[in-house]
Amino acid sequence: MSVLVYADSSEGKFKKTALEVVSYGKAVANQLDTELTVVTVNATQPEELQNYGANKILNVNNSDLNVFNAKIYAGIIIEAAFTSNTNIIIVSSNTDGKYLAPLVAARFNAGYVSNAVEVPSNTSPFTIKRKVFSNKAFSNTVITADSKVIGLAKNSFGIKENPTTAEIEEFSPALLTSSIKSESVEKASGKIAIADADIVVSGGRGLKAAENFKMIEDLAEVLGAATACSKPVSDMGWRPHGEHVGQTGKPVAANLYIAVAISGAIQHLAGVNASKTKVVINTDPEAPFFKAADYGIVGDAFEVVPQLIEKLKAFKAENA
Amino acid sequence: MKILVCISHVPDTTSKINFTDDSTKFDTNGVQFVINPYDEFALTRAIWFQEKQGASVTVVNVGDAGSEPTLRKALAIGADEAIRIDATPTDGFFVAQQIAEIFKSGGYDLILTGKESIDYNGGMVPGLLASFLDIDYINGCIGLEIENNNVNASREIDGGVEKLSASLPIIIAGQKGLVEEKDLKIPNMRGIMMARKKPLTVVAPLESTSTTQIQNFEKSAEKSACKMVDANNLDELINLLHNEAKVI
Repeated sequence: MSVLVYADSSEGKFKKTALEVVSYGKAVANQLDTELTVVTVNATQPEELQNYGANKILNVNNSDLNVFNAKIYAGIIIEAAFTSNTNIIIVSSNTDGKYLAPLVAARFNAGYVSNAVEVPSNTSPFTIKRKVFSNKAFSNTVITADSKVIGLAKNSFGIKENPTTAEIEEFSPALLTSSIKSESVEKASGKIAIADADIVVSGGRGLKAAENFKMIEDLAEVLGAATACSKPVSDMGWRPHGEHVGQTGKPVAANLYIAVAISGAIQHLAGVNASKTKVVINTDPEAPFFKAADYGIVGDAFEVVPQLIEKLKAFKAENA
Repeated sequence: MKILVCISHVPDTTSKINFTDDSTKFDTNGVQFVINPYDEFALTRAIWFQEKQGASVTVVNVGDAGSEPTLRKALAIGADEAIRIDATPTDGFFVAQQIAEIFKSGGYDLILTGKESIDYNGGMVPGLLASFLDIDYINGCIGLEIENNNVNASREIDGGVEKLSASLPIIIAGQKGLVEEKDLKIPNMRGIMMARKKPLTVVAPLESTSTTQIQNFEKSAEKSACKMVDANNLDELINLLHNEAKVI
């Protein structure tokens, strides 16, 4: 009995979360002394997953599946689970993974744990550590059902190379039907999505006007980062709602989060505290964000940020 | 249109998170409980359908008597009636099984709820309901229009927005955007007075199972103090990010 991972791709290419979830799946498979099967849809280079420990890759090629549909994709994963005779299914707790995982769990009568941060601490009883209370705590949760679905929190395990030789199979499951039809997909072209970004640069109300976000964009560009903002900024229409980070906005689990002129309301911190390293630039030394940050600069963003951009450009040039 | 809105009763965002009984239970001491923020978007959208299109709105919660103030608040905001399923929720599987039964017996057309609760962040109830009831669902919904049986919705995807069409019955798991935060309803005095007279029905839970069990909780590790860097020494910040944090 193998472990099954669903590795998602975007326009044929694996997302970082896919490589992370395969790396994690390999660790779980090793723990259970079994093999790792990966199912994927319309990947142009499925063999890439060999680098991360896949023993078998089931690749579905079907142009009808170019647009994600949770029910249909869940059906594919379920059939892959039957084919590979598994009762442990692992997906990423990213946007699409959180959409489809409960459908898979229900069909499987499985216990489902989302936002897992580690490999199981024990496999009997099957115990998983997961994030709860908006990243303020963890719970050690036992999956009591025979079948298990695990959602892996982004950036919690990391991408780990583990070269194997995989058997790659074309997989053609029967497709479920769904009454939900995708009418259009609009993606901001040329911009890095917050969910995919390793680095996020975020601006707050202290930047005083929408046009001042140009320097946030410039800082993001030199770092290859996504841009984000605090809630008041999106409420005032300075930046799109999709950039709002916080309790009710987007969660950020980046390697580096740079907050410029954001004081750090508790709702904002709830959205960013899964990020590994946090840098805060603020004029107010009493800003609550300094308590949550790793590195802080007390200073005027209008002076600090342009200098930081220049120094980062020089650093990049030296380290290219 | 009959709308069922699932309401989770959760600690306010600003609550200090502590545990008792050898870290096996959440410490409710001094904690203010509120309607789950994601569910508030769903409730406000439901009230919009009630006001503009004549829908009826029932709110449902699985919880003990302690969650009644939260249900009364939902009634004060404008829901027509409330149902409390009298059980201490054990996990999302248990909750979804209970709510599925209410949906089946109530002849509802639409379930509106938040995409997850801010306490356990499981995000599984809407998807499980969809499976148990064998109807479609849309997760992370940031826009919703319904005319007759036709549903037009948008959902947030990584780096963009997807527009979808579907038909009733359906389950919508919403977030900010389903309504704007500034449009969230707050109870006024008239609503609070009326809420006292609206029906709040308590029903016994079904016999059902859980598939997970929380063994214990751990608080996140205390953060080490923030390292302050002089604004005139940005090379030091770059050095720390490169050599210490290893993030650039």
